[in-house]
Amino acid sequence: MMMQDLPLSFRENVINKLRSLYSTSGYSLYKMSKFEEYDLYARNKDFLISDRVITFLDTNGKLMALKPDVTLSIVKNTRDDMSGLQKVYYNENVYRASQDDRSFKEIPQVGLECLGELDDYSICEVLELAAKSLLCISQEGILDVSHLGLLSAVLDAIEVPAGKRETLLNFIGEKNTHEMLALCRSCEIASEKIELLKQVLAANGKPDVVIPKLRSLLDGVISMDALNQLENITAALSDSPAGQVLRIDFSVVDDMRYYNGIVFKGYVPSLPSSILTGGQYDKLMKKMKRKSGAIGFAVYLDMLERMDLVRRSFDVDTVLLYEEGASLPAIRAAAEAIRAKGESVMVQPKAPENIRYRNLMKLRGEEVVILE
Amino acid sequence: MNKMLNIALPKGRLGEKVYAMFEKAGFECPSIRENNRKLIFENAEKGIRYFWVKPSDVAIYVERGAADIGVAGKDILLEYEPDIYELLDLNIGKCRMAVAAKNDFYDDPQRTLRVATKFANIAAQHYRAKGRDIDIIHLNGSIELAPILDLSDVIVDIVETGTTLKENDLSVVETVVPISARLIANKASYKFKSEPIDKLVGEIAAQLEA
Repeated sequence: MMMQDLPLSFRENVINKLRSLYSTSGYSLYKMSKFEEYDLYARNKDFLISDRVITFLDTNGKLMALKPDVTLSIVKNTRDDMSGLQKVYYNENVYRASQDDRSFKEIPQVGLECLGELDDYSICEVLELAAKSLLCISQEGILDVSHLGLLSAVLDAIEVPAGKRETLLNFIGEKNTHEMLALCRSCEIASEKIELLKQVLAANGKPDVVIPKLRSLLDGVISMDALNQLENITAALSDSPAGQVLRIDFSVVDDMRYYNGIVFKGYVPSLPSSILTGGQYDKLMKKMKRKSGAIGFAVYLDMLERMDLVRRSFDVDTVLLYEEGASLPAIRAAAEAIRAKGESVMVQPKAPENIRYRNLMKLRGEEVVILE
Repeated sequence: MNKMLNIALPKGRLGEKVYAMFEKAGFECPSIRENNRKLIFENAEKGIRYFWVKPSDVAIYVERGAADIGVAGKDILLEYEPDIYELLDLNIGKCRMAVAAKNDFYDDPQRTLRVATKFANIAAQHYRAKGRDIDIIHLNGSIELAPILDLSDVIVDIVETGTTLKENDLSVVETVVPISARLIANKASYKFKSEPIDKLVGEIAAQLEA
């Protein structure tokens, strides 16, 4: 009998699609160890989403950690002195502390990194792959895109004191306009400059609508380089399905000590938080003594199980019981006959507790009778 | 995504005030005023669903997407730091998070300061910013008892009128942060239900300015 393929879960389907998407775009699979020297994370704690890391001593007495992040390992282990760009994707687990119950969680991630001398094409390619990744998960996905170079230039232009920037960025990330305005006023920033910041942050939406607004607000205030790059890249995607999911939103504010340029976060309707996050992180590269730039993103697969449309109601289709002394060939034949109908079957001498089944059958002599 | 706008309101007087603001903003749900034991109230025509939850749980409902929007105190947002959007300060439920101690309290910098509080994160951040070494004693209620019984040197707690402090020979040493009710939104919901959320925010902001 031909063995039937089990239907793939939603998550397994998405992983297959993403792997195919990345490999057909010329990204090669990057396999790595589950462990990394703890020192790598200790030196870059702020880059991590959570600074709590599972550590242990290896047999040489070296302090090791279960990977809380993939990007740092890729940057550490990838050379950037070769010509061309390094394009890799991964399908790995990371280990992070959960904020809610303060325990550690294993989080499956798929993502990609592009390292080297980035130009607008390479950034555009990664942004398009991020948008396409989102479309693999939901046709209604939205990818919020921000440009930290532009935001940083606006903060410089309105003269936000250095010591207040982090707090201000937190408020921007929360769309917390009331506290942002109060902070600006307490820093004695001129009211027309505060108004400018307010209008820049309120400019959310489709790139072809928002970018002209930003241009009229910022022309002559800051250098147009960042806005030109944002326009160049989003306009190149405007006719593609990937371009339709892009929205400009400056509330995407990753840590400016590591990230620069374009950053983004992806959302789908049935999940409560972002499922995809990424951006350009030249500053991390510099901190890790690399000469070039890099951009990448990760898709958090742990959340996808909430999107499985088919919910299992049973552990097994049929439980098949047999009587003491039943012949082995008869039991095997009866189980095989049920499997041949496309059903899963669990063979047991007694009805098991804690197992949910659709049918309960019993082999009596050569005959299978239905009990439930 | 469910197209109904799910709104989590804090149980109690504050929640009732908030509902009145929402109702005035055109987000009414008459069944909520009926005296019954229902947990969820729906106005199908308007596409709105309300539910009352424990005030400290509103942020969890919103962060996890069970509610699209909700109203939570700034104290809860600072303590639990949920990943949400904070869209408006509703300027109601006003009070302050404060450090209080016995009237004759002297802060000896040579000793670790014992701080009793329900708000361990807020207290830790407040004293970290000052570089002060503290020992946090996490309590769930009757915080004012702690300095009286010498369980702690100070407390970090919400102060409304200060009457309880005064009656127990305690006084405010410093204000940590002013507190009021905030309108919060789930980040994904804000992307996919931006129209009704923006409408509500606009209407409420207009009420606040009036």
